[in-house]
Amino acid sequence: MTCSEHKQAFQQRQQQWQELVDKACARFPERRENFATTSGIEMKRLFTPEDLEQIDYTEDIGFPGIYPFTRGVQPTMYRARFWTMRQYAGFGSAEETNKRYKYLLENGQTGLSVAFDLPTQIGYDSDFELSEGEVGKVGVAIDTLADMETLFDGISLDKVSTSMTINAPAAVLLAMYVAVAEKQGVAPEQLRGTIQNDVLKEYFARGTYIFPPSPSMKIITDIFAFCKDNLPSWNTISISGYHIREAGSSAVQEVAFTLADGLAYVDAAIKSGLDVDVFAKRLSFFFNVHNPFLEEVAKFRAARRLWARLMKERFGAKKPASMMLRFHTQTAGCSLTAQQPNNNVVRVTIQALAAVLGGTNSLHTNSRDEALCLPTEDSVRIALRTQQVIAHESGVADSVDPLAGSYLVESLTSKIEDQAMAYIKKIDDLGGVVKAIEAGYIQNEIGDSAYAYQKAVETQEQVIVGVNKFTIEEAPPENLLTVKAEMERKQRQKLAQVKGGRDNKAVNKALQQLKLVAEEGGNLMIPIVAAVKLYASLGEVCGVLRQVFGEYQEQ
Amino acid sequence: MAKVIKVLVGKPGLDGHDRGARVVARALRDAGMEVIYTGIRQTPEQIVATAIQEDVDAVGLSCLSGAHNNLFPKVVNLLREKGAEDILVFGGGIIPDGDIAGLKDSGIKEIFRPGSSTDETIKFITDQVNQ
Repeated sequence: MTCSEHKQAFQQRQQQWQELVDKACARFPERRENFATTSGIEMKRLFTPEDLEQIDYTEDIGFPGIYPFTRGVQPTMYRARFWTMRQYAGFGSAEETNKRYKYLLENGQTGLSVAFDLPTQIGYDSDFELSEGEVGKVGVAIDTLADMETLFDGISLDKVSTSMTINAPAAVLLAMYVAVAEKQGVAPEQLRGTIQNDVLKEYFARGTYIFPPSPSMKIITDIFAFCKDNLPSWNTISISGYHIREAGSSAVQEVAFTLADGLAYVDAAIKSGLDVDVFAKRLSFFFNVHNPFLEEVAKFRAARRLWARLMKERFGAKKPASMMLRFHTQTAGCSLTAQQPNNNVVRVTIQALAAVLGGTNSLHTNSRDEALCLPTEDSVRIALRTQQVIAHESGVADSVDPLAGSYLVESLTSKIEDQAMAYIKKIDDLGGVVKAIEAGYIQNEIGDSAYAYQKAVETQEQVIVGVNKFTIEEAPPENLLTVKAEMERKQRQKLAQVKGGRDNKAVNKALQQLKLVAEEGGNLMIPIVAAVKLYASLGEVCGVLRQVFGEYQEQ
Repeated sequence: MAKVIKVLVGKPGLDGHDRGARVVARALRDAGMEVIYTGIRQTPEQIVATAIQEDVDAVGLSCLSGAHNNLFPKVVNLLREKGAEDILVFGGGIIPDGDIAGLKDSGIKEIFRPGSSTDETIKFITDQVNQ
């Protein structure tokens, strides 16, 4: 058949089908008049080759490991090695969390991911007034190097890769990690892992900021520079869409605002004198994955392609590694229900599968009881097993990017990329991310999406099984994990002991040196490493920086 | 015309997850209430001072970090100390079943957890304030 004959045959069959559709709809009206994704992209009744007409295979889809990396960043993806199975964990004291890490590693987890409590994330010690009631609650409490030593006791830091969700005080925790490694006899260049060192999203989506944007960006570029010289295998930032999505954004907004943050970091780093092809390969990303399976798969592919294009076209990156978007994924915490918690196992499975089909480089699967409390050992094991079943039993990891070429997936991938780019242009027009945050633009966009979602749930337009449909009377769940109030008191005692046993004169001198460097604008990492090695506390180090840089106040 | 109900929505403690608080604030506003949202990282003292200064009818507290047992009762106690115990206090967030009785004993009138509808919250406030 010639090309025009093909087209004719296509149109003929399409016409036939349309007649069938009209008849079918007359007898059985469709469930809804309009179907759309979370981002408002139309879910057509049927996607066909017509939807691929604007897409060029070589330019837009291409091959894995080759620009624009739509099909993945490695040439063989999971055929060589599965994604890193990295469960986010931390609660109570360093001792308890160390026990949980060993449990997870024994069960086949392949990377660590540290959850810190709120005082630690905001740069306060456990004995600070505002820390009351928060110590050890949403993560582990770390006050000094002594806690970090306990946290990684018996875990060789040259054998695992560690991710730390720490943001505003990332410099201090990274310094402590380097110090623990040194005590274990592990050189900094052997360390592998990531710090979630993404403060921009804190201002509009998560709230654990400390300093105003400008010094925060300075600290981040200091870390980039320090790692370039000392920790070549360390991912110096994890640019995080996860929290943007949890705050209520759509999938397109998640991609757009995350990449917009990424652009701001790249910009800042270049302005600080770093070469894009030196630091860009150490940037990593962190995304959420929700239930709408097909949109999520397309989201990851779109994000990868868009980032590659931005790095090449906007910043003139030359090395392929500078253009690769490598990312960790976590299943959606906010999608979990306290009602019928076992249903969460199913939700997490669907989400994890979407992340794997989207080509994630590492994955955290949430535990079924997380809408109620911190996960118990049993629940976290099921969550890890979910990943292992997908990896070893489902077969989806045996071929690279298996959903490529799907009319729907490729079409959605392009639409998500286009719409995300439109947001990025809008942010550019507003003067960049910091300006867009100050204008309240990003917060409002996310707020609108969150509110629309809540309304859709309340009108049952969005069904949540076990919550607004298929509900049952339930007995309260048993055996939940709780952090005992006793823990806070013990943590404060431990801190007092450390402060009593260290060389306080040397600590004060180190803190003064830090202050001087902060005032003069030098790289902060070196004096921070020096201070934490002497057991200066997190609160003390951040306190010095607060004095110099001030604190951010929400508008 | 009925008096417009005035509500303060507050985030005590260090928890920054304010999606729920913002959604509730907006729903209350859409229901015709006057709403003041304090923003995150407020101390109980700050929340109580604002509540009294703004002469609100109700205070809604949101916390997802697990510090609710420390923070919520503090707000009620401070309101009582300032002679403002007539202000209705309710809360929401990730709050285990086992903590609810204790919070209610301390004077929190109701706890709304994930899965609650904003209509429930609106009805609760309206009924309580108009009692």
